[in-house]
This record gives sequence, C-alpha cells and structure tokens, in this order.
Amino acid sequence: MSYAWNWGVLFQSPYLGWLGQGIAMTIVISLAGWAIAITIGTLIGVLHSGGRGAMRMVTGSYINLFRNVPLLLQMFLWFFVVPELLPKTVGTWLKRDLPHPEIVTAIVALGLFTASRVAVQVSAGIAAVPRGQSMAARASGLSTVQAYRHVLLPQAFRIVVPPLTSEFLTIFKNSSIALTIGVYELTAQTQQIQSFTYQGFEAFTAATVVYMAIALVVTTLMTAIERRISVAGSAAKG
Amino acid sequence: MTGFDFSVIPNAVPFLLQGLGLSLGLTAVAMAGGMALGLIIAIARLSRFRYLAMAAALYVNGFRAVPLILVIFWFYFLVPLLLGRPVGALYSVLIAFVMFEGAYYSEIIRAGLKSVRPGQWQAAKASGMTYLQTIRLVVLPQALRKMAPLMVTQGVVLFQDTSLVYVVSLHDFMTSASIVANTQNRIVELYVFAALVYFALCTAGGALAQRLNRDRHHAH
Repeated sequence: MSYAWNWGVLFQSPYLGWLGQGIAMTIVISLAGWAIAITIGTLIGVLHSGGRGAMRMVTGSYINLFRNVPLLLQMFLWFFVVPELLPKTVGTWLKRDLPHPEIVTAIVALGLFTASRVAVQVSAGIAAVPRGQSMAARASGLSTVQAYRHVLLPQAFRIVVPPLTSEFLTIFKNSSIALTIGVYELTAQTQQIQSFTYQGFEAFTAATVVYMAIALVVTTLMTAIERRISVAGSAAKG
Repeated sequence: MTGFDFSVIPNAVPFLLQGLGLSLGLTAVAMAGGMALGLIIAIARLSRFRYLAMAAALYVNGFRAVPLILVIFWFYFLVPLLLGRPVGALYSVLIAFVMFEGAYYSEIIRAGLKSVRPGQWQAAKASGMTYLQTIRLVVLPQALRKMAPLMVTQGVVLFQDTSLVYVVSLHDFMTSASIVANTQNRIVELYVFAALVYFALCTAGGALAQRLNRDRHHAH
C-alpha cells in the first residue's frame, strides 16, 4: 500500500474551514430536526397510545408510512416531489424564494422521519406504565389530560429516556443523508476534501473522530440526565 | 400543476427490476455476512478473554457511532488502496455493508445469547462441553427463536439502507428510479412509485417479523 500521509492538510485553508462548516451544519440540522421530531413524535405517540378507532389508525399510518420508506427517498420526495404537488405559487416559492431550500428540506425530512420513531418509543413508554396508575389517576378524579400530564407522561418519559437517547444519536448519523440533496454537512465536506486533495484517509478519519465525539458527548449527557431525573425506588431494576 | 404520466413506469420495469435485484441481493449478502460476522463478534464479546472482549466492544461501538454513508465512503476509498488496484464499487460496498451490519447483528445475537438462562450454561459446562460447544449445541438453538424477529426487523432496516449506495452510483432500485426520473423527466411519478414499492416490501417484512414474534410467544 503506497500512500502519502499528510495530516497537515486538515489544518490548511480552505480545508479546515470546510471541516468546521461541516461540523456546524451537521449539528444545526440534527438539533433542528430533533426539535421537530420530539414535538410531533410525542404528540403522535400520546395520541396513538390513548386513541381508538380512527385516531389510532391515523397515527398508526403515520408511523408505518415514515418507517417503511428509506430516508434518502423521503428527502427526495420532500425536495423534488412535494413542490410539484402543491399549488403553483407555493411550489414556485419553495423552489425559488425560500432561502437554502435544501437545508430547510433536510431539517423537515429528518424531523418528520425521526418523529415516527420517537412516536413508537413514547407510545411504548406509556404502555409500559402499569395500568393501575392510569386507573388510580382516574379514580382520584383527574381528567384524561390531567392523568397524562401528571401521572402517565412523567413516568413514561423516564422509561423512554434510554431509547430516545439512541434516537437522538441516530439523528446525527442520519443527517449525513442530507448530502444527497446538496447539504454540505460533515460527511459531504470530508468527501469534498478527499476529492480535492486525495487525502481520503485524513479526511474520513476527521469525520469519524467527530461523529464518535458527538456520540460520546450525547451518551455522557444523557446518562447524567437519566440519573438526575430517576425517581428513587422506581428504577431499581438495573 | 402539470399532468402526470405514469405510463413511463411500465416501460422502465425491466431496468427498475434489475435495480431491485441488486437491492435485494445486497440485502441478502449483507444479512448473511452480517450475521456470520455478528456471531463471531458476539462470542468474542462474551468471552472470558478480556482483551478479545474489549476489541469486540470497540468494533461494535465504533461502527455504531458513525453514519453508514461515511462507512461506504471509507471502504470505497480504502479497498482499492489496500488491494493496490481499482475494484468496482460493488465490492467495496459489499464489504462495507457486511462490516457495518456485523456490528448491529452482533448486538442482537449478544442479547439473544444472554437471554438464555444461566442454568443452561452451567448444565452444559457440567456435562463437559467447551465454551464453543455450549454456544453451538445448547445456547444458540434456544436463542435463535428469540432473535429471529429482531433479525428480520434489522433486515428491513438494512434493505432501506441499501438505497444509500446511491452515493457511489451503484444501480440499486433507488438509483435506477432516480435515473429514469431524470432521463424521462418524470420525477414525481418515479419517486412516488419507488416509495410505494419500498413501502409494500418493508410492510411485508415488518408483518413477517411480527408473526415470528407472535409464534415465539405461543411456543412458550
């Protein structure tokens, strides 16, 4: 194997700048996507767990639809197809006047995709709260909304923190798919550095290290949060 | 809104089927290779040799921390370099998928092996079996039933992930649909059709996983 090492390339202009922009972009679209995912995902998860008939069918369809189509294709659908299906003025606005349409699309696609996965976890978390809790809440005279707000959701959220952590980690990894619609996030920037300099080893190592660092930070943070919010005596399973 | 013309799809079927063939073939190879590699890693991770277990854990956590696209790029760049000659994208992608899936399958297998009650391990050991014999003859047959639904679920995820070979221009189903979409200028029709196909196949896979899960519960 003949390969000319040059780690210095990572610290040269403009490559260092590309790397920094890529890291910033990955973090921005992941966090923005997560904000959408946690909001819509929680809403759908709650409606799914408590719903009957039509409501459960609608939330179930959302979950199935978004889980059974590859994220790459979902990005394409939001980016290329949706503007064509909307009324002409809206479609034109999306394509011409919206600043950075690829970034907005990536955030929306990531958010709605991850929302379906969050919904599954939230709904499973609510189902994992012992049935007696919901009965006791109703027997104490709490309304359905109150029962969810004061009794079921606080317990369910503690149950779903570990699986949600893993979804949160996954959104950073999935954000790399945004490169297919032209978002210059971390993976795209390192791929670009590799094609400009042929120093693929250095470029991809940089990306790998950053993704691992993100995973490490998130895991450490979430373990700390898990410990903070745990209710004494309730999580004595481990 | 201009009119849509889905008649472009019947003409494109042979080309799209070829793409689907590659997607399914890639899924099959990555599943088989991933399970085999995953089994080895899981056994290494549960072994009493500390450094072997640590190396296996490092492998799993390393691959699980990075996006699959980055892994595809890594191997697309590394494999020709290591072999000293250019090889097609297909070989780099196959290796990338097997290595990547090995990490995920090893977690499923490890959980399956650990779910078998300690008494089974102890009884096998007391009967004079070695560690590998215990896994092969006692633990694995019991664990398989538990692991089967998760393996199918992971297979569905993997099938969706094969669409990522788009980034190295391999003609899988996704890429074929995109080629037809752009050459025939029928973007809406092709992407909607591709979504329907993925949805149908993945729903079928999901139903199979659910059925295996139910069978498992009935068996106990």
